[in-house]
Amino acid sequence: MLQIALWKRLSILLVCVIGLALAAPNLFYGPVERHNDAADALERGAISTPEIEAALAEWPDALPSGLVNLGLDLRGGAHLLAEVQLQDVYEGRLDGYWPDVRDTLRGVREQVGTIRRQDSPPDELRIRISRPEGLQVAVDAVRDLAQPIVSLTGVGEQDIDVAGAGDIVTVTLSDAEKAATDDRTLQQSLEIIRRRVDEAGTREPTIQRQGADRILIQVPGIGSAQELKELIGTTAKLTFHPVISRSVAADTRTDGDQIALPDMDDASRTLLLERSPVVTGDDLVDSQPGFDQNGRPAVTFRFNPSGARKFGEYTSANIGAPFAIVLDDEVVTDPTIQSAITGGSGQITGNFTVEEANRLSILLRAGALPAEMTFLEERTIGPELGQDSIDAGQVASLVAMAAVVVFMIASYGLFGAFATVALGINVALIFGILSLIGGTLTLPGIAGIVLTIGMAVDANVLVFERIREELKTARGPARAIELGYERALSAIIDANITTFIIAVILFTLGSGPVRGFAVTLGIGILTSVFTAIFVTRLLIVIWFERRRPKTIEV
Amino acid sequence: MRLRLVPQDTNWDFMRYRKFTFGASVVAMVGAIAIWLIVGLNFGIDFLGGTTIRTESTASVDVAAYRAALEPLGLGDVTITEVFDPTFEAGRNVAQVRIQAQEGAESVTPEVIAGVEAALQTVDPSITFPSVESVGPKVSGELITTALLAVGASLVAILFYIWLRFEWQFSVGAIAALVHDVVLTIGVFSLLQIRFDLATIAAILTIIGYSINDTVVIFDRLRENLIKFKKTPLIDIMNKSVNETLSRTLMTSGTTLLALVALLVLGGDVIRGFVFAIFWGVIVGTYSSVYVAKNVVLMLGVDRDPKKPSDAGTQFANIDA
Repeated sequence: MLQIALWKRLSILLVCVIGLALAAPNLFYGPVERHNDAADALERGAISTPEIEAALAEWPDALPSGLVNLGLDLRGGAHLLAEVQLQDVYEGRLDGYWPDVRDTLRGVREQVGTIRRQDSPPDELRIRISRPEGLQVAVDAVRDLAQPIVSLTGVGEQDIDVAGAGDIVTVTLSDAEKAATDDRTLQQSLEIIRRRVDEAGTREPTIQRQGADRILIQVPGIGSAQELKELIGTTAKLTFHPVISRSVAADTRTDGDQIALPDMDDASRTLLLERSPVVTGDDLVDSQPGFDQNGRPAVTFRFNPSGARKFGEYTSANIGAPFAIVLDDEVVTDPTIQSAITGGSGQITGNFTVEEANRLSILLRAGALPAEMTFLEERTIGPELGQDSIDAGQVASLVAMAAVVVFMIASYGLFGAFATVALGINVALIFGILSLIGGTLTLPGIAGIVLTIGMAVDANVLVFERIREELKTARGPARAIELGYERALSAIIDANITTFIIAVILFTLGSGPVRGFAVTLGIGILTSVFTAIFVTRLLIVIWFERRRPKTIEV
Repeated sequence: MRLRLVPQDTNWDFMRYRKFTFGASVVAMVGAIAIWLIVGLNFGIDFLGGTTIRTESTASVDVAAYRAALEPLGLGDVTITEVFDPTFEAGRNVAQVRIQAQEGAESVTPEVIAGVEAALQTVDPSITFPSVESVGPKVSGELITTALLAVGASLVAILFYIWLRFEWQFSVGAIAALVHDVVLTIGVFSLLQIRFDLATIAAILTIIGYSINDTVVIFDRLRENLIKFKKTPLIDIMNKSVNETLSRTLMTSGTTLLALVALLVLGGDVIRGFVFAIFWGVIVGTYSSVYVAKNVVLMLGVDRDPKKPSDAGTQFANIDA
């Protein structure tokens, strides 16, 4: 008859208790969040202050402290979808080959004559040789430089393609090398964006790769997408170049070894620099905002040992010569070298404001982005709007819940009350699971929960209706209840699996809020099946055992 | 006294009106498609690209003055709509400014947004901008593709699942009902010019989920009755199945609609379109389970060979019974 083994009863109870415990912190959102932030800060090595202690004390350590993440549409913040300009990197890669190519061709100078790098599209390296009859020799020599690619997909492929025509040798990256470079570039971009966002000290940012060349960045609590863009949209490539001429015409033609760049503060001024930098920002180990001797905002930096050595050697050999500090293809400053700088640290002064100096030092600390980014999508949601949505969602959920409760009890009496208890546990379980997996609650997600509240009773309704039917024919109420659950199961399973399929598809293909909706919908289906089949049944069985009613009314 | 939405035992002849209801469904679908083609959908920036700026102010919204202030910026097509909502307290005036995707720019430049904000501030110094959203044309194109893919994938997955669990006739019936629901939803969206964006797609998928839920419950009962009453004509079994599940159908739709009404009235204007789509879908979905899905199954017929132990369903039909 109606029997549930003790261990099953305990497991059902246990799941409910764990669910409720996991959901509980969400009732005390503010204190728990402050507690978690304080714990995070300590873990990152912050020194304990009275404020941190006070925040820690707001929520006991022993209790669960997982919270449902609030999505940007609820908390406010900025959302950016960036596309990394992968092809930007090709130029740098080819520049890196140039010294080797030059040295190799110098080795076969008798056959190829003099060599000269030509201006070319960014994804090609073109070299003109003075003896066209030596072209094949040159091509073969350069081809020998090609390295096999070390990657899973590029086995057996070379990193460069070399072609020759007339007196020009053209070097391009092979497709396999491009693919490997693309992947590396994106990984590196992700890492650097993460570091920059972390440096800015925001909470729980989402930084995800999307597709081949995209990065999704969501930062709660930040004032605007614009602010975020300034932080992560800057390449922050810092280089130190020897100056050839401090003032040339803006449209000066340059050959492959030179580069003409504008002054950051004075747009009318253009400087001619050597293309190969003496040192780059890659050699930086630290950077801090500060002030120069005249009390103007400045940025200090420190090189690693190899950077310090290169910088020291160059400055001691070129005292009295100008050199340029270049940030993202603009000359920040071009001081004259007064003395050898061997200590490995220096200072950049320019027309900075304090904020600019601060931001520049963050950027330099985090490192340069390997490629530029364009922004395909940007959204700013103000915190007030988010709070309004939370309030509205809360009110709607409570009203929906109340209406469903009244409706269920009016229709099914005591059994309706059991279903109502199950519904309450159901909502708690949804929040518990969301907190456990660190799921994000979005505005459509709240709608998903409200919809679940409406639909959650469906499984119970199916069962109760079935019990009503069985009561007409079955012998005794216990048998009717048992048959009701048994016979309704097939419909419950089919109905919920199909909806679950939709949730999975929504999650796979959706993004942002749609995904949030899919998560709550999917979790809601699992929990509502659990509560409808197990929890209400347990309640009914316990009630039945105590009362032993001869007849029941459903 | 228990609340009962329907009498305890009903024996209504639902299928009697099948020709009329089916005809009505076909007419409604043709009408929806016609409206869709003629009026078109009011696509949001998710699908068209562009920028929307939400404004909020203590002063009342003066659309003409906003428009006049934005005119000199030369932004092309600018739509300004005032947002009304019963949940707004007095002195809270909200408007939505929509700017089309700008030529040549991947997403709207900060200068444009700053310009718009400054221009509106000259009209109304107390104005604030609670949200600014901007989508580039490249992404919006992809979002359309993904959305269509999602709807298509859901249909295929459901087709496959129902075919496994029932028979192919049921699959076709279920899909016909889903297509019916989706088309009618799109029709309502173009008729009322409600903004159609990514959230709407999520809503349509939810409708598919809800509608199939409803359909499956009736199919399930139908399958059971087909096994029980081997000689009864299909149409009578269908009537019986609908009558037997009627109470449940109305209860579930009823509670779901109650919850949705709460959200529709109190959930704020930001998700109203989304909730409305689901609300509409629940109504259409309930209707289509009876009058579209089963009609189609009836027209196709079900193989009923009394010699086989189980008439309806395939080898996967009884795994949980």
